[in-house]
Amino acid sequence: MKLITGNAPHLRSKDTTSKIMTDVIIALIPALIGAWYFFGFYAFFLAILGALVGELFELFIMRYLRKDKNFVPNGSAAVTGILLAMNVSPATPWWIMIIGLIFALGIAKHAFGGLGMNIFNPALAGRAFLLVSFPVHMTTWYKPALSFSKWVDIQTTATPLAILKEKGFSHINVSYGDLFFGNRAGSIGETSVLLLLIGFIYLVVKGRIKLMIPLTYVGTVFLMSSIFYFANPERFGTPLFHILSGGLMLGALFMATDMVTSPMTPRGQAIFGVGCGVMTLLIRYFAGYPEGVSLSILLMNGFVPLIDRFTQPRIFGEVKS
Amino acid sequence: MKLATFKGGVHPPERKELTKDSPIQRAPIPEKVVVFMQQHAGAPAKPIVEAGQKVKTGQIIGEPGGFISAYVHSPVTGTVVEIKKLSNIIFGRAVDAVVIQREGEDDWELLPHGDFEKFSKDELLENIKKAGIVGLGGAMFPTHVKLNPPQDKKIDTLIINGAECEPYLTIDHRMMLEKNEEILVGIKIVKKILGVQNVYIGIEENKKDAIEFLKEKWKGQVIVVPLKTKYPQGAEKQLIYAVTQRKVPQGGLPMDVGVVVQNVSTMYAIKEAIIDGKPLIERGLTITGEAINKPGNWWVRIGTPISWIIENLGQGFKNGIENVKILMGGPMMGIPINNIDTPIVKGNNGITTLIPEELRGTFCIRCSYCVYVCPMGLQPYLLDLLGKKKRYDEAAQIGLLDCIECGSCTYICPAKVEHVKTIKLAKKVYRALRGGEK
Repeated sequence: MKLITGNAPHLRSKDTTSKIMTDVIIALIPALIGAWYFFGFYAFFLAILGALVGELFELFIMRYLRKDKNFVPNGSAAVTGILLAMNVSPATPWWIMIIGLIFALGIAKHAFGGLGMNIFNPALAGRAFLLVSFPVHMTTWYKPALSFSKWVDIQTTATPLAILKEKGFSHINVSYGDLFFGNRAGSIGETSVLLLLIGFIYLVVKGRIKLMIPLTYVGTVFLMSSIFYFANPERFGTPLFHILSGGLMLGALFMATDMVTSPMTPRGQAIFGVGCGVMTLLIRYFAGYPEGVSLSILLMNGFVPLIDRFTQPRIFGEVKS
Repeated sequence: MKLATFKGGVHPPERKELTKDSPIQRAPIPEKVVVFMQQHAGAPAKPIVEAGQKVKTGQIIGEPGGFISAYVHSPVTGTVVEIKKLSNIIFGRAVDAVVIQREGEDDWELLPHGDFEKFSKDELLENIKKAGIVGLGGAMFPTHVKLNPPQDKKIDTLIINGAECEPYLTIDHRMMLEKNEEILVGIKIVKKILGVQNVYIGIEENKKDAIEFLKEKWKGQVIVVPLKTKYPQGAEKQLIYAVTQRKVPQGGLPMDVGVVVQNVSTMYAIKEAIIDGKPLIERGLTITGEAINKPGNWWVRIGTPISWIIENLGQGFKNGIENVKILMGGPMMGIPINNIDTPIVKGNNGITTLIPEELRGTFCIRCSYCVYVCPMGLQPYLLDLLGKKKRYDEAAQIGLLDCIECGSCTYICPAKVEHVKTIKLAKKVYRALRGGEK
């Protein structure tokens, strides 16, 4: 018999990084099935492709470029792949998404040191890269098909946020119900608020979410858009419209809450959420793009080290100075 | 009713069912004992016996080596075989150990004893010192020092620690059920020494029988405070906060908020010393874990080798076990031994045998679970990072020295980061680099 030593504590929770990643993937499944229904099988296929290619590419990076013989896939690359697919238009050719994924994992994640070290959310960095590289593909949008059949006729259309930006609130042709259930043009995984919320509740129950972020993010958007609404309803639209449209829910529930790229303390998470909310609306209202969720989260990602520094928790028994 | 508790903490599997219903039995006395000269915080004791010398049970064999130090007594009647340097895993250095061969039954050498009312405060403290009593919860701080705070510290509250938040261990639980009268005498003695009126005992709610029992038995004398079952509920600062809502200031001690905390087993040892004149040469401990055949609670002489305990009291290891982790203490803060003949010391509240598991981790994924569970409000992930990068000064600025090493962060970590390991090392290096400064 051999005596094993080691360091306390000698009991460890059964929780692992892979389990967290698995939970995130499970939480995304309702929205992915929704994507199939709204935009056809191809949209669903892109997400699966993203997950598989992501894992394989990360395995390649770890084994052959970073020469880590002991690396075992942990599911984080699959999460990135699925989230990237959910953040692109259903009109995106599969090879374009793969290019984005290679940028996301190769540059945004592993060039920064890999899992846990990256400053920017890899999926959003990949999306930003694609947006500047393939602007046409990335901004062509489909009208939802509302059918699980494999091949469906598709029509291009504008997203509600683009209509708001170009024509004004009175030209919006979808109801709040459509926005909530997902019957509108948009990125693959962003359209159905309902399905995203179902996944989100799963993550909350499992304790996988830094809850302060979605609360402050959506709360800020609500408050700020209320003020602008009273200033000019036609130009700025209603608060509810801003919360339900675009990528806000996908961003606030799943992208801004990415563990690696968000602050560590509830206070820091609140600042982060408010920052994301303000930036999102500023871009939607005044910048060239109709939608600003992904750019605002990326911007706030860059502030996380600073936020962490200034929002250190109070130590037990700390004397007021 | 809302249970008293603190902010943070974790809920590891309790595994107390292995031993919580087994009464404390008296173990036979081994043929040979090995008694460390350091079984207490502070300076090691100096051996005052020689090889070949006859010793009685309870005879002093080591004298304090400083102000914060303690007497050490012979746990058996017999002959000193040798005095040798032996690696003491708890303090991480080699210290003198006295090896004694037992010869026949106990022939006691007792301290002055009798009704505690007839002793003065100073006599009581002196007898506690002479009895070699230290904190039996595990910290092993000399009790006579702890019970004699400087004049300017006004103590108004005594808290008895019956939380027993460490998984697996049940000795304090059994002590409360079986030795309540003796413990109460110990409490009365300490009350007299400290001159306090408020006495509380904090007990985790998973020991409902002990809570109800003591509420009844100690009615009007000790206030029983049921505590939420949460680790580290029995950590001194967390216990004080849960019971009194007072926060021990950073870098301070319980006496800074007028509190003294004592473990239930220490109270028993004080009663034994003052009333019966018996110095601290045996204690109750839990022998438990998945690797042995018969877990249970036992009265064991200090200096008994763990190998002997496992063989004779735990009835050996289960069949087919190849690797085993043997801990002095419970699984959260226990220290793994690297030599199976390591002897029991005063602070051993348990021997936990675990079947080790392979762990595969990743880098920190910044889930922030460690920040949420830290009972001291620290950022374990950052302390770990700074410690690994040898940036000790920065670590100290964010509370390196405030860490109580409870292990909640490392327990909860999904990436299997070993924060506590890094922090312990960083503390040592920082203190060494900073010399006498705080």
